[in-house]
Amino acid sequence: MPAGFHIVVCAGIVPDPLQTLEPTTGPNGPGIKNEMVLPAVLDPWAASALYEAANLAGKNPGSKVWLVSLGPKAKLQQVMMSVAQKVSFELVPVDGPIGGFADAQATAAALADAIGAIPGLDRERLLLFGGWESATRGAGVTLQLLGERLGIADQFQGVDAIDVRTDGHDAGSFEVLERVEGGKHQVSVCAGAPAVLGWATGNLPEPRNNPQVGMANMRSIMPALQRAKTAALDANGLRYVSVSLPKQQRTTRVEKNMSAEEIAREIVEWVKQ
Amino acid sequence: MESILVLTHADESGAALSKGSLEAVTAGRELAARLGAKLVVGIVAADAAAQVAGAAKRVMAVEGEAFAQPRFASDAAACEALCRAAMATIVIAPGSSRFARVMAAVAHRLGGVIDTHVTAIGGTDGAEATRWFYRQRIEAVVSRDKRPWFLLVDAGTNAAFASDASEVKPERIAVELPPMRTNVTGMRAPKLDAQTIRPDAKLLFVAGAGWTKKQPDGQVHVEQAGELILKFVSASGASLGSSKSLVDQGGEGNSVLPFLTHLNQVGQTGSTPRHAKGLATCCHGEEPHVVGWRFIAERRAVSLDANCGWTRGKADVVYVADAFAVMEKVNALLGKNR
Repeated sequence: MPAGFHIVVCAGIVPDPLQTLEPTTGPNGPGIKNEMVLPAVLDPWAASALYEAANLAGKNPGSKVWLVSLGPKAKLQQVMMSVAQKVSFELVPVDGPIGGFADAQATAAALADAIGAIPGLDRERLLLFGGWESATRGAGVTLQLLGERLGIADQFQGVDAIDVRTDGHDAGSFEVLERVEGGKHQVSVCAGAPAVLGWATGNLPEPRNNPQVGMANMRSIMPALQRAKTAALDANGLRYVSVSLPKQQRTTRVEKNMSAEEIAREIVEWVKQ
Repeated sequence: MESILVLTHADESGAALSKGSLEAVTAGRELAARLGAKLVVGIVAADAAAQVAGAAKRVMAVEGEAFAQPRFASDAAACEALCRAAMATIVIAPGSSRFARVMAAVAHRLGGVIDTHVTAIGGTDGAEATRWFYRQRIEAVVSRDKRPWFLLVDAGTNAAFASDASEVKPERIAVELPPMRTNVTGMRAPKLDAQTIRPDAKLLFVAGAGWTKKQPDGQVHVEQAGELILKFVSASGASLGSSKSLVDQGGEGNSVLPFLTHLNQVGQTGSTPRHAKGLATCCHGEEPHVVGWRFIAERRAVSLDANCGWTRGKADVVYVADAFAVMEKVNALLGKNR
């Protein structure tokens, strides 16, 4: 078997977390007001997956990283201008709607078609990466559905670390840490690729921008964007009864003139109630 | 007419059902009563069947050593077998790490659809699920025409089901397992005295980046900050949360609080925990931070910024004060009262 992994990272684009979001309803269902003009970023947990993928590929010669992303072409191009400077990858764009109100099953179907059409992708060496939940729909199901569609029998979610064994009789197998309840990690050992890994934060800082990496990536990104196929997402019988912002507004008591002792006493009483 | 299956699983001990599972049973019973639907309970771990006594007329279970491990391949096969045996139109399950790992795949195998992080199941003529989008910033109520419809219910949104004294005889469901390529080898947790994440704690204490910033004397006091925070968490039994910026400082080579990891992080790329009370200190309350507090009932904050727009309307009380001074006094009082 050839060395290295074929790592496909699925990552959507989301409004910058600091933006104020306001829901609206259009002819195609709910959406975010002015979502196309809001500054966008790569989905944060999926971005962790991309950085972990590049790190893993760097440690395992013969590996390759693809970034599969579904969104409006113009928006993808905008986000790729900064993402492309972080790590090396080949972009597989899918031209489709933006936002978290689309059905996850339909999204997974579109992504599965795109991955299935990647030339030279070796399914036996495939590690399917992504964020364990998106910052839009936040359902944590797209990657799992995608794994099922691609026939992958080993899946891990909330991953914070992968440690690949490079020698010995179990070379190619890997240990995975998955987040579970109570601030713990579940430790599993998988026999090897193919597998699905939905990443949480991981352990790597965001890579610094590298203009040389950016220029190399952009040479393939621009033609890929021009070739991107359009995907129409089926609603799969999903109906939105209501979409709204939380209305609860609290009456905040602002205490500016209490001493540290008085505040401490009040906090202790409140904690003990 | 709808029929409902509630899927449950054992906790770490293997002998009892998880709390989230018992909460899902309550959700299932309420929905079944409202819709006049048949209710079936399915259990991954037969030894725990006694805990659903009185919940439903029909109880099914899968059992065996293979299902002791929370693992995708075996859990998906077990849930698929239970679903095929029950032939339910609505499947309710806890949104635990164990079932969140597999349930979308199970829904796909059955040709169904799934919604997760459900916080309420309503509707009078049919089922409607409430869930949040954009990391707890937008709330939506959804309905589905397609069946089976899988609903993963968030922990803490229902009361845990309490069993009665009746006898439960679960039907054993046979499962055909694929070859296992993954082996769960254990859990990794911080040492007991260093465990600062306590999901069942009444209070969430959130430490913000201000703890590691320069103080009025022009110096940073990270060690003192660490001592104050740990002392408070230990004395009050609180769970410790952190803002992203504070956790990220570790990766950037700055002075950090060594006991904080990404697992402590609340907000946009962290958790949105459910505690009765929350006390935020040295946080400057950006939107991601507010998101992390969505399900905290009573909220107080200690901050030097009297004009912080994020705390206004979000916290119940804001104390404009130096958190170092306040927490020192708080710790002294908690120590005295012990």
